[in-house]
Amino acid sequence: MKIGVFICHCGTNISATVDVEKVAQVTSKLAKVHFSTTYLYMCSNPGQELIKKAIKEKGLDRIVVCSCSPSLHEKTFRKCAEEAGINPYLVEIANIREHCSWVHRDKKEATLKAIDIVRLAVAKVSRDKPLVKTYVPIEKRVLIIGGGISGIQSAIDIAFAKYPVTIVERESSIGGRMARFDKTFPTLDCAACILTPKMVTVSQSQYVTIYTCSEIEEVSGHVGDFKVKIRKRARSVDINKCTGCGACYAKCPVKVSAKFDMNLGLRKAIYVPFPQAVPNVPVIDRQNCLWFSAKNASGGTKKACGLCKKICNFGAIDYDMQDEIIEEKFGAIIVATGFTQFDHSVYGEYGYGKYKDVVTGLHFERMASSSGPTGGKIIRPSDGKEARDVVFIQCVGSRDEQKGVPYCSRICCMYTAKHALLLKEHNKDAQAYVFYIDIRAAGKNYEEFVKKVQDEYGAIYLRGRVSRIFEKGGKIIVRGADTLSGAQIEIKADLVVLATGLIARPETVKLAQMLHIPYDQNRLFTEAHPKLAPVETVTSGIFLTGACQSPKDIPDSVATASAASVKALGLLLQDKLEKEPLIAKVDRNLCSGCRACVVACPFNAIDMKEIEDRALKCKRDVAEVVEGVCTGCGNCTVVCRMSAIDIEGFSNRQIMEEIEAL
Amino acid sequence: MINPRTQELKNSRAESWEPKIAAFLCNWCSYAGADLAGTSRREYPPNIRIIRLPCSGRVNPLFVLKCLMDGADGVLIAGCHTGDCHYSEGNYYARRRFAILKKLFEFLGIDPRRFQMAWVSASEGDKWVKVVKELVEEIKKAGPILAKS
Amino acid sequence: MKYAYFPGCSLHSTAREYDRSAKEVALALGIELAEIPDWICCGATPAHITMQLLSIALPVKNLLLAKKMEACEVVTCCAACFNRLKTANKFMKQRGEEQLKIEKILGEPYRGEVEVRHFLDVLVNVFGSKNLETRVIKRLKGLKVASYYGCLLNRLKDVTGLDDEEEPRMIDDLMEVLGAEAVKWPYKTECCGASFSLTKTDVVLKLSGDILQMAYDEGAQAIVVACPMCQSNLDIRQAMVNKKYKKNFNMPIIYFTQLVALALGVEMKKLGFEKHMVDPRPLLKEKEIIFSKA
Repeated sequence: MKIGVFICHCGTNISATVDVEKVAQVTSKLAKVHFSTTYLYMCSNPGQELIKKAIKEKGLDRIVVCSCSPSLHEKTFRKCAEEAGINPYLVEIANIREHCSWVHRDKKEATLKAIDIVRLAVAKVSRDKPLVKTYVPIEKRVLIIGGGISGIQSAIDIAFAKYPVTIVERESSIGGRMARFDKTFPTLDCAACILTPKMVTVSQSQYVTIYTCSEIEEVSGHVGDFKVKIRKRARSVDINKCTGCGACYAKCPVKVSAKFDMNLGLRKAIYVPFPQAVPNVPVIDRQNCLWFSAKNASGGTKKACGLCKKICNFGAIDYDMQDEIIEEKFGAIIVATGFTQFDHSVYGEYGYGKYKDVVTGLHFERMASSSGPTGGKIIRPSDGKEARDVVFIQCVGSRDEQKGVPYCSRICCMYTAKHALLLKEHNKDAQAYVFYIDIRAAGKNYEEFVKKVQDEYGAIYLRGRVSRIFEKGGKIIVRGADTLSGAQIEIKADLVVLATGLIARPETVKLAQMLHIPYDQNRLFTEAHPKLAPVETVTSGIFLTGACQSPKDIPDSVATASAASVKALGLLLQDKLEKEPLIAKVDRNLCSGCRACVVACPFNAIDMKEIEDRALKCKRDVAEVVEGVCTGCGNCTVVCRMSAIDIEGFSNRQIMEEIEAL
Repeated sequence: MINPRTQELKNSRAESWEPKIAAFLCNWCSYAGADLAGTSRREYPPNIRIIRLPCSGRVNPLFVLKCLMDGADGVLIAGCHTGDCHYSEGNYYARRRFAILKKLFEFLGIDPRRFQMAWVSASEGDKWVKVVKELVEEIKKAGPILAKS
Repeated sequence: MKYAYFPGCSLHSTAREYDRSAKEVALALGIELAEIPDWICCGATPAHITMQLLSIALPVKNLLLAKKMEACEVVTCCAACFNRLKTANKFMKQRGEEQLKIEKILGEPYRGEVEVRHFLDVLVNVFGSKNLETRVIKRLKGLKVASYYGCLLNRLKDVTGLDDEEEPRMIDDLMEVLGAEAVKWPYKTECCGASFSLTKTDVVLKLSGDILQMAYDEGAQAIVVACPMCQSNLDIRQAMVNKKYKKNFNMPIIYFTQLVALALGVEMKKLGFEKHMVDPRPLLKEKEIIFSKA
């Protein structure tokens, strides 16, 4: 056995705290190590060439690369070894950067630790076995979870490449948050005018299937072969029969506040959330529908309504419709679940959410919308009068480690500026006051937009926080600090608009657990690499787009949507999928057929198979691993009494060898 | 009663002795968490030696025993938080398995401080640092384990 | 119920009526208040804006004295004392070099083992509002008060742990138990000017004036307080506020203990109303809570 050890300086990232030459010198003396050297950047082309040359010239048969985390360059060096003619699985990475040079300051100690880390890797590599990659077929369909602008854009891109794609949307229409907006910054395009054509495109594409009123119930399988259960909630209206004529909701006698309009307006119990809804098919809100409340009332004393069913000429109303579970297979999944608004009622200084005239940006959007509940008038929800003096407060929930989230929500500076502008456009006499911490207008034409709002639209920007909001004499008194003049400011406002931050949806944790993708302390989904893999997750075949990964504005959401589509398409374009061979393997001679592993396997990847035992001259059952299903977690190995089942690449022998090298 | 040899060992190595700790980290959460501690340049004591495994459920109790027998002063197993396991339920297996092992250690008279578990996610670089710092402190208090010979 | 009682400097000087009325309430309810012997300064503003070590060492000294009385809980009426004692106690529950330094200065170990309570907390939460209600003899019917908490009683929330820091309700609820009406007003926790009383009087006049105005606008006949600094700023400075801002406030500033005592049937004479600059007695007479001869 001839092991080669290659130690990377990583510029000065490693060599500043680890004496790499010493590591090379000490490790070269280890048994089985034949050659040891250092290089400035091992992952660079010359670095890889150096490894290949050493393999050939020195006749190395397995190598240890001492560099950064294996999550970054394990693949690189496996490929490099393969090109030099040795099996790619005879390569181990000693992580002396993330786990050593970056976390220690003392050069002596760090060097000693680095030597230990390399020794462990050498021990492991000495027990590595050559492995062969396996291949599995790919289900050439993509699932998109969430039908907001991100999900819609992803679907359009995938459909354009002529691959089938399914959107699962929780609400009764696709469109998401963007459908609620009035205008978009910084160009002031009307949101509906640019979104609606996209919604129509997806709905008309033969490659796109849209499941509305639907949620993901269960996900199993893996890249290339995800099995997904989708719960389609009963809409009570047959999508295929309904023509969207609107007679039903015109006739419906029940009026309740409309969630889509932030409860500023009313809708019927059978309704479409907004006029441009896709599909343009109403849904019955069973909680408020008279037919259902009469049916659920004890004894059936109430008279059932049934007006919508009577008026419908197409027989589309179906009160007996049940939830439906759809099971489908997908090769890749794009998560586009978006965000929710921070709940400002935790802030006592803003009145714990008890003042009617203290609203959020989304309320403002609905009021500004000409098709919205106020017909485009900016009013005070308390008395319906038009608002004149409006105070905007930025960073509500954002950048607040105590009560909110520590991060900047990224879009609030811009949407507040847009609101200030829209306010003036809707009412010439209005005056906007904006309390801010910093203006973060990083983006094409963003800074210019904020400047325009200040200079041409007369919005008064006050740098400081608001310490208290209270009602007095029918006005909302906003008291805050203007830190630039050092003065305390009190504004008698008609309306206060809070720029509430963007936070993860509460269901993200459940979804993350179903998909086996990580999320961070703010419950935002974690990308595979913050710079180099921003739309991938560590689970292959699952991609992220839009605000479920971090707060994003529309351009960024659309960009990540297209990026995720390309990643998904790249996968589908493969004939078959390469699979790491780091999976369980059974030694049939040792297996006693006790089935402990079958029970322990979280993926049902172990079957029992009858074999002919020549030595014992009888037939007996042994465990057999289903290669395509096994994920290589290793839970089976621990329960095996005979040590008959083992994980390739993380075998008992390898780990024991590592422990002995400690 | 402290074994006189242990005491002797403690005294003789009190000044220069630094504990050696073996840590089994699951690839998806804790190993990535330790990576994050590195990328965020968080400093922690250099006593820990990390062995990467696919899942905390891959850790065989024998590995832990072997570590202690081979002179590691402490062993740490770190995996994903409850419900976050990349393999759905591997960490549940680990949690049960090592609750029992810990009991066994108590029974055998092995200081239970020598064997610990932690749940560190991929985003918890800071938590990883905290876990290591506390563990090293604990093991220092527990003193060196008896030499192999 | 026995408590180590820490009066603090105000209750032995400008706020003697607070001290007296608190003791009357305690007596009436069977709560024993044993004054800490040789108590010293609590370390309020002058200490804590100059030297952190001193601002912790002073209250801890008092807590150590209380510990020797074998009292597990200290009660105080002054919001500033309360805040300092609580802060110091929380600080000493942590462990570090600073804590060791304090212990070295005081020559004794202390780990925050003595609990600190405000008298308001004792009344409302320990004795209990419900119990108190059964003891009310004279309901304060018709009296409209603005409950004023000031800054020290509820901030920081994780230090004092008493009530909501932005929208406290304890005094309001207590007043309603006594039969008075607590008006809704937004200035419950506004700054009265506190320790600028002597150094920057104009600031105090502006801030206290705003509070008086808001209470008046919202229909309050008196302001109820739980802090001697609030009381003195709003009471003593009221004439100056009237002069400077051409107002005509005649707003009595009453300690909650005085009103509780009245409701419990304690004689008016014992409660020190004569010490107030704005005499509350005419108002109390008008509402038939006290009578001329009583």
